[in-house]
This record gives sequence, C-alpha cells and structure tokens, in this order.
Amino acid sequence: MKGKPLASIVSAGLSKFGKMKGLYGRELFAQAAKEAYERCPNLDPKKEIQALFVGHMGESYEHQGHTGATAADWAGLTPVAAMRTEAACASSGVALRAAILAILSGIYDVVMVGGLEKMTHRTTPEVTEFLAMASDFPFEQWHGITFPGLYALMATAHMHRYGTTEEQLAHVSVKNHYNGSLNPKAHMQKIITLEDALKSRIIAWPLKLYDCSLITDGASCLIITKPELAKKYTDIPVHIIGSGHACDTIGIYERESYTSLRAAKLAAKQAYEMAGVSPQEINVAEVHDCFTIAEIIAYEDLGFCEEGMGGRLVENGETRLDGKLPVNTSGGLKAKGHPVGATGTAQAYEIYLQLTDQAEKRQVENATIGLSHNVGGSGATATVHIYRRG
Amino acid sequence: MAETTSFTIEQFYKFIEKGKLMSVRCTECGKVMLPPKPICDECLSDKLEWKQLAPRGKLETYTVIHVAPTQFQSLAPYAVGIVKLQDGLKLPGIIKNVAFEDLHIGMELEIEFDASLPSKWPIWPRYYFKPI
Ligand SMILES: [Zn+2]
Repeated sequence: MKGKPLASIVSAGLSKFGKMKGLYGRELFAQAAKEAYERCPNLDPKKEIQALFVGHMGESYEHQGHTGATAADWAGLTPVAAMRTEAACASSGVALRAAILAILSGIYDVVMVGGLEKMTHRTTPEVTEFLAMASDFPFEQWHGITFPGLYALMATAHMHRYGTTEEQLAHVSVKNHYNGSLNPKAHMQKIITLEDALKSRIIAWPLKLYDCSLITDGASCLIITKPELAKKYTDIPVHIIGSGHACDTIGIYERESYTSLRAAKLAAKQAYEMAGVSPQEINVAEVHDCFTIAEIIAYEDLGFCEEGMGGRLVENGETRLDGKLPVNTSGGLKAKGHPVGATGTAQAYEIYLQLTDQAEKRQVENATIGLSHNVGGSGATATVHIYRRG
Repeated sequence: MAETTSFTIEQFYKFIEKGKLMSVRCTECGKVMLPPKPICDECLSDKLEWKQLAPRGKLETYTVIHVAPTQFQSLAPYAVGIVKLQDGLKLPGIIKNVAFEDLHIGMELEIEFDASLPSKWPIWPRYYFKPI
C-alpha cells in the first residue's frame, strides 16, 4: 500500500560534529546513543533494542574494523545482533535500509541504526588517500584521481553542458554555511559570503575549499520500531514511508552520464513510488552535498527541478531555509560536516527533528514530508528515504 | 573456466607494459568492455577475447588536482580527464604536456605508455594522455 509506514523512528541521537580531539569513533557513537536513550524514556534500551546496524567506512582512520560489535559494546548494547555496513559515504544510508528490512522481516520489533567515523586526527594527504578508497583503485586512484577530483570531473561536465557557473556552486556553500550557523552541533557555525567561497583555494578545479565538505568526527543514530509499536514509545514518531537503494559502476568513466547519478535517480524513483508522493510534495530534504556540485545534481536527480536547472534553483534561493523547498537545513555535509559513515543517519536525524518540530532556529514550518539522499563514492551507491510526520 | 582466467586487470597492465591498450570483447553478444571483466556485464557470457584499441580519443571532461594523495604529492598540480577513445570506450588518466589553460572538452589526446614498474604491489605500469 502506498504511503504505508515501513518502520517508525521513535528516537534519535547525534554526537557533536567537529574536530573531537581525544574522542574515538566508538565514544562519539556512545554520545549519540545516550542522546537517543534520553529522548525516549518509555524505552528500555537494554531490554528492548534487539539489533544494531552501524555504518562505518574505513578501518584505516582508527586502525579499527569490526565496528558492529565495537559500537554495540560502547553503546551498552551487548549482546544484541550487531553488524556493520560499508558503502563508502552511504554506509549508514545502507544501514538504515538494512534496519528497515530487518523490521519488515518481522524478526525484530526495535532496532538501533547509526554510523560513525573518526577522521580529523589524520593528515590531509592520508584522509585524501583513505577517501579515495571509495572509488575504483586500478583505473582511477592508480592514475592520481582523488575523491574531489571525481566530483570535479562531474562539475566540469555540468558547467560545459548546462552553463552551470562557479558562482552557482558557491551559492550552495553560502546557503549551507548559513544553515550550519543555526545548528549548535554543526562542525562549522560560521556564515560565509559568495566572495569567501569563490576566493578559497583550489582543491580540484573547478572545486575550491568551500565547495568541499569537511573532514569531521561524528556519530549518529536512530531507534526504529514496527509502526504499530511506535506510539508505545513516543507521542511524536516519524514514519519512514519510502526506501530506495541502487548501485552503479564503481568507475565513473564507465557511465553514460557525468552530470547525473543513475543510482540516485533509481533509488529516488523506488522511494517516491513506495511512499506514493511526488517530488513537489517534499517539504524539507537533506541531500548528499559532499561537494557543492553534488547538491546541484541531487536537485535534478530527485526531481526538484529539470535536468540542468540545479544551479539556477539554488541561485534563486528556492532551497534556502525561507525558500519553497529548504534543502540541508542542518548545514549539510558542507557545514555540519561529513564523518563519512555517520552521514546517512545524521541526515535522517535532521529530518526527524524537522518532522517533530525540534529543529529550533532552523525549523521549517508545517513540514510534513521529508526526504534524505545519501550517496556513496562517486555515485556507485545511493539510498533515498522518505519520511512522514507521525 | 580456464579461458576466463586471463581476462584480468593484471593482464591488462601486462599489455600496457608492452605499449598495447586492450579491451575485452564478448564473442556471444559483441559487447566490448574497458576495464576488462571476466564475465560480460551485458549477457553474462564468459566467452571472451582481447581486442586492441587505438590509443587516442577526445577529452570528455577534466579537472586539475591541487590537493593530491600522498603518492602524487610531488606531481601536484596535475590535470586528469576522461577520454572517449576512437572505439567509443572511455578511459581516465593523467594529462601531460599541456598548459592547464589550454585544456578543453573535445581536445584530441593520445596515450603515452610508461613501461617502468613500481617495486611493490601493485606492479602495474602507468599510461598518460598528451595532446596529439
Ligand atoms: Zn556478452
């Protein structure tokens, strides 16, 4: 049935995002879990949470794999069924998908899903190298193509094909920094100007420092239940009504288009159909702005505008907090930060706040339907989820 | 299965070492694949053969990388792009011998093979693009 809840979010938690000196990924996850426990006094986590799904991209950062059990341990949840999912930057979007399927299977009534990444203790060249592992090794990394480099290839193609400008890219950054300034948990809470963005140093032309998301430490989590149990735990649940998940070639060069992500379009189509809603019905969205061009492409792939019009949509202010469809009210990956494995469920956390009127200074009025869009690597994985106020 | 074992990335780079750009062609459906894969990604057949490609084509998109990973620090800034080869297949790589301001979509490039090999894994040679 279209629009029928698949699972319901009854609580959520987010660690502070930023350079969290001296705190490891699992400790940040414990912060997020503690917030989720406190938000939901009607739930006894130790007795009622039956499984944990954790997104985590890289063992290289902390020399630590086996993140399912590790996160369960530090969140006080042993001996639950714990597992890690890895899909680069979509690791916890995929974890969310897995958690929803686990609820739908009927085996679990209550599960926790989240993600974590600890990155800032490493040097920039090290992080650049680790992030590149999300792309193809033999034909991309081996030839010096970095992760920003892949999105720069998309940006060059988008500018050439549609006339998208560096100023339009900068508008994404300015908007998301403004939103981040209203989010006390964001990594950066500084308003920037178009000029700041345009004058920042080049990372991979045409992408500059302010076109790139931040290297951030952080963790996020949600507690989700069978829809029929949601009201037992909270008066204000958020129902997940659509879920989409698709993949594409690992190498960007094998794809027909560099200006659109096939996996994201497919995941969106699945999620919209399942939810029975159209792109025009979305009131608030968190999209994967790992780079400014990625947000512009996301508008197009999600049907918020026609192909090629994403640059104009942001330039006209339509995705600002006071616009027709506010996008990345949290500050996005750009300003809130991008602790890779934590991002997918951190997006869901923001949508949860918005749809329960808990987003404070950045609250979108009368938001009923929300969407999150999480992309792995250069688009080889994408998940899209649609949510409805409970 | 024996005949599929050689359609590997390792073998692709052995050809590069000899100055040959090779793709894999499916003899069942005719699909030509670059990179080489051991199973046709169109019809799933493993009846394959190597097919040599002309090492030139046109630039489809590009970037200039300023912040490089550890291994490429000394080279930065450097240009990389995706080239659509004459045969229609696409290949990414570093573009050498070009001023950054002269880079443009549609420019004609050819491959320069570099046979020198690293001492530890992966023992793969590299190739570069340069203007014709
Ligand atoms: Zn075939």
